[in-house]
Amino acid sequence: MSFLSGLMRFRSPAALPCQQVVEMVTDYVEGMMPAADRRRLEHHLTGCRHCTEYLAQMRETIRLAGRVTPEDLTPEMRTELTELYRRWRTEG
Amino acid sequence: MDTDATLLARLRDGDEQAFTDLVGRYHSSMLRLALSFVSSQAVAEEVVQDTWLAVLRGLGRFEERSSLRTWVFTILVNRARSTGVREARTVPVADAGPVVDASRFGPNGAWAVPPEHWAEEAENRIDAVKLSGLLRGGLDGLPGRQREVVLLRDVEGLSSAEVCKVLSISEVNQRVLLHRGRSKLRQVLESELGGGPR
Repeated sequence: MSFLSGLMRFRSPAALPCQQVVEMVTDYVEGMMPAADRRRLEHHLTGCRHCTEYLAQMRETIRLAGRVTPEDLTPEMRTELTELYRRWRTEG
Repeated sequence: MDTDATLLARLRDGDEQAFTDLVGRYHSSMLRLALSFVSSQAVAEEVVQDTWLAVLRGLGRFEERSSLRTWVFTILVNRARSTGVREARTVPVADAGPVVDASRFGPNGAWAVPPEHWAEEAENRIDAVKLSGLLRGGLDGLPGRQREVVLLRDVEGLSSAEVCKVLSISEVNQRVLLHRGRSKLRQVLESELGGGPR
């Protein structure tokens, strides 16, 4: 960050510190942020590559969580559930 | 892979394989979810089995006003709660404190120890099996309520409205828990991929 942009950030009443940005990312990603806050955040992001990376990491975390594969059932559990299903079928 | 709607139709036709497929799809998340309400693996397994039986018995009455998975998870959470082990749990207040350690910021609140670049590279740098294990470990390490929300939202892909319904929590609460849980999962990935204090 240049001295000038640093000064601008410091003096602008709308400036957001990075430390606050990381607390706002979920509201932002969820689309639950008031328009004025969203504009402040987006303004910050255009000038802050670290927060841009942080936001990208959060999005990536969400995406990767969606790709977590289910663990295999234990053979015992599989047998028990098959039996459970068959018992239910005979319940009538 | 069959959609839930297709599985539901097959299940109603008495197709045992449809049950097996459904179990394969949701069992591990159900177990993980149950474990955040009860104290032991054995009790959690019982809760999940009870849930499957309730699902089978309720098939005829299920009116599809919610999705199949939302219905299944709702039954599970209700059963897990009513086992009583942790039913005295108080209002789900998120743990306090910042989601990124304050030591990583300077006095003006700007990054002092910024994140290193790894977004979009995670899958190239960690193989899929290890990545899944890492994230599962991360999930298991989350406080109960955060784990429940992140599991349902991000792993199972329920909407925020569905999660609120399944867990009986408010939208705002859901978002706070999601925020804290997701932030911690990001840290798990960061500790593997680089960045942050060593």
